[in-house]
Amino acid sequence: MSSNGQDRALVLLQMVGGNDYLNTVVPYSNEIYYDARPSIAHEADGVLKIDDEVGFRPGLEPIKRLWDEGKVAIINGIGYANPNRSHFRSRDIWDTALPEAVGTEGWLGRAIRDLDPKGDNVLTGVNFGRGLPRALACKGVPVASVGDLETYGLFPDMADESAKKLAVEVFSRMYGGAQGKEAVMGFLGQTATDALRGADIIRTAPASYSSGVEYASNGIANGLKNAAQVMFADLGTRIYYTQYGSFDTHSGEVMKHDELWRDTAEAVGDFWDDVTEHGLDDDTVVFMFSEFGRRVRDNGSGTDHGSGGVAFVIGNSVKGGMYGDLPSLREKDLLEGDLHFNNDFRQTYTTLLQDWLGLDAPSIVNGQFETFDFLAN
Amino acid sequence: MSSDDLALMAHLMRRAGFGATRDELEAYVANGYEATVEDLLHPRDRGNLPDDVIRRYHVAADENLSIGTVKWMYRMITTRCPLEEKLTLFWHGLFATSYFKGNQARTQMNQFNTFRRHALGSFRDLLVQLSRDPAMIFWLDNNDNHAGAINENYGRELLELFSMGEGNYTEEDVKECARAFTGWTIGNVDYMTAKGLKDSFSPYGRIAWHYEYVPDDHDDGQKTFLGETGRFNGEDAVDIIVRQPATAQFISRRLFQFFTADEVDEEGEKVVEAMVQAYFDSGYEIRCVLRALFTSPYFKSEQARFARVKAPVELVVGAARLSGSYREPTLDIDAVQAGATFMGQAIGRPPDVSGWNEGDEWLDGGTVMERVNFAAKEIGDVSKPGIRAIIDRLTTDNDGVLSPGDLVDRCLDLLGPLPVSEETRDSLTSHVAEHGDLHLAGRRQGGESEQRVGELLGLIAATPEFQFA
Repeated sequence: MSSNGQDRALVLLQMVGGNDYLNTVVPYSNEIYYDARPSIAHEADGVLKIDDEVGFRPGLEPIKRLWDEGKVAIINGIGYANPNRSHFRSRDIWDTALPEAVGTEGWLGRAIRDLDPKGDNVLTGVNFGRGLPRALACKGVPVASVGDLETYGLFPDMADESAKKLAVEVFSRMYGGAQGKEAVMGFLGQTATDALRGADIIRTAPASYSSGVEYASNGIANGLKNAAQVMFADLGTRIYYTQYGSFDTHSGEVMKHDELWRDTAEAVGDFWDDVTEHGLDDDTVVFMFSEFGRRVRDNGSGTDHGSGGVAFVIGNSVKGGMYGDLPSLREKDLLEGDLHFNNDFRQTYTTLLQDWLGLDAPSIVNGQFETFDFLAN
Repeated sequence: MSSDDLALMAHLMRRAGFGATRDELEAYVANGYEATVEDLLHPRDRGNLPDDVIRRYHVAADENLSIGTVKWMYRMITTRCPLEEKLTLFWHGLFATSYFKGNQARTQMNQFNTFRRHALGSFRDLLVQLSRDPAMIFWLDNNDNHAGAINENYGRELLELFSMGEGNYTEEDVKECARAFTGWTIGNVDYMTAKGLKDSFSPYGRIAWHYEYVPDDHDDGQKTFLGETGRFNGEDAVDIIVRQPATAQFISRRLFQFFTADEVDEEGEKVVEAMVQAYFDSGYEIRCVLRALFTSPYFKSEQARFARVKAPVELVVGAARLSGSYREPTLDIDAVQAGATFMGQAIGRPPDVSGWNEGDEWLDGGTVMERVNFAAKEIGDVSKPGIRAIIDRLTTDNDGVLSPGDLVDRCLDLLGPLPVSEETRDSLTSHVAEHGDLHLAGRRQGGESEQRVGELLGLIAATPEFQFA
């Protein structure tokens, strides 16, 4: 389609809770892995081998398929210096691209602002989930947060459709009236009017959707299906964000991690098939990430918070392969007892912002970072 | 009972509490403004359900932060001591301690209880209790603050964020303050902190933390702090801090912003001065500072009305109080807490030590929708006792026949009183006028005329004006 980055879409899937790197991209031929994880290690036989060192965990068949087609970049050992093992703090760090201070602007919020400086399209960035993740928050930048596309909008509990329509009209008049006022009331009017406009537009997406792909019915499949519906309705959305979790597998990891990844991989596979069916696979990139990895050693039934992790970047335009370095599992090489990160997550951000979306990365990620070359130009 | 009296009382209750129903307002007005202020400042009626009874209705999973904070929400909704709860929320926002570092829900709930116990009393005592609070100690690393190897975090934030404000002390003061608090730590600190950091609940679950003073780890040498010299321990440091004019200014200002207006204008400055005076005259009693505030002409004036954007907790708890929901502490109160979380205020998890950003920071495309939807759903529900009470009152007006204009005005009055702009009022009246006059006499329960009222009340809860307190 376009060669200047105009219509390209970035789909982000945050695995919330700290996804266990070593049980996702498994170092199946490393003895230390088995010594450290007597309760939860994957047997070498079951691993979907990538090379003679690592492979995907069982359940990731859809992602392995894409890997075989050369569409998956695995970013090994992604993280940042002075790792923070608190969920909320680490997520904030990833969200604001500011490891050393507390930021208030999300990197994606800034990206959305730069993609649409005049705020012409209130649907430039859409979050599929409730509440607004900090990654997307930037004062004055409208972002829609869609819990469920089918019921999204005002007064979702009003059963009577015509009554709801009238109520929405009242809302529109009242907040339209507030728009002209000063200070906070004016800001409120503007914000609400934008949100309503976004809701009206985005509501049309499911109706115009038709596809041969059958998604499963779970949280992540729904989120990605909603993203697909919005994408194919051609509403000008560039950033799609969704979260799934919790990957915080302190206990019962064998079962939980298995279920999480079967659902996630299937949903991503289905999403990619859907995007392909609709001819948008050249213009879409999916980025899957988590706020940290987990400890090398298991705790008897799961793993506790670690630091260095793994991320995936998926797309036709992606140069499939391994990026970053496989972190060493040896005690002496660990950072505070965890896998040592070897690339700053902002490098991946920079690559995506610059090479995929054509934006000025340093102002968004608070600094200059080397890029990876996983995005073919 | 004049409409001015009701409007003023509604304002007081929105600020000093989480709002009040019409029945409650009329009782307060009959009691008188000054008397009501005194009752708020001296909470006596403790007919609130005690914790152990709440647990019989609710899941007893106190290690889970959501469960613990849900119980606190229930208290906020049903309290007969609204100012005490509102102040507890204030202290939580000011002494912002977040769950995510220590991962100890029980310890965090203990902190809230400490705030409640000391909410209205001596600021000096509150700061001492804060310094002994295990959640706070861990949050600001005072467990790493040792004689000969100080950690400045708590000493600094105590001065910067909890009492005096930046610019009123030196870096030397920060260090001396830290020295004064050496030895103020947590029992079995190494084990407890390792468990906290790893968020591990194996093998013995999460155990509540306790304060422990370790004399051997306390630096009892001579210190020069804020111009005074002595072998100060933590309590002494607090004594010195609370004496400072900067402290009086800081705390009065923060209380003003929380209880009166997001912005302090010229007139507001004068009120802050009066609060500072009350602070010193009373020996640092928060009760007296608030009395000065609530009885000031400024607080009572039009200028102070609706001058704050409702924080999410105020919005959800306020809506629940109006609708009369959650009279029992059943499991579905978590909708209230979830609502506030989606609106950007997760109790127990302020974003960082400086608390939540208030005012228009609460409003964005996502939160506005959540706020409106929550309030409209709660208040538009004619099965809820508080809403039925409103319908009952409407039925006795004018033999239950109401023109669209009258209906809108009465509903705005009974839900508030809530003054609205021309545009808002016109939007509501023309909507109601679609179906002509409302006839409530002989109405069927849950029938069409009741639904019309419910729908209007829901729309009022959806107005821009309703977003303000």
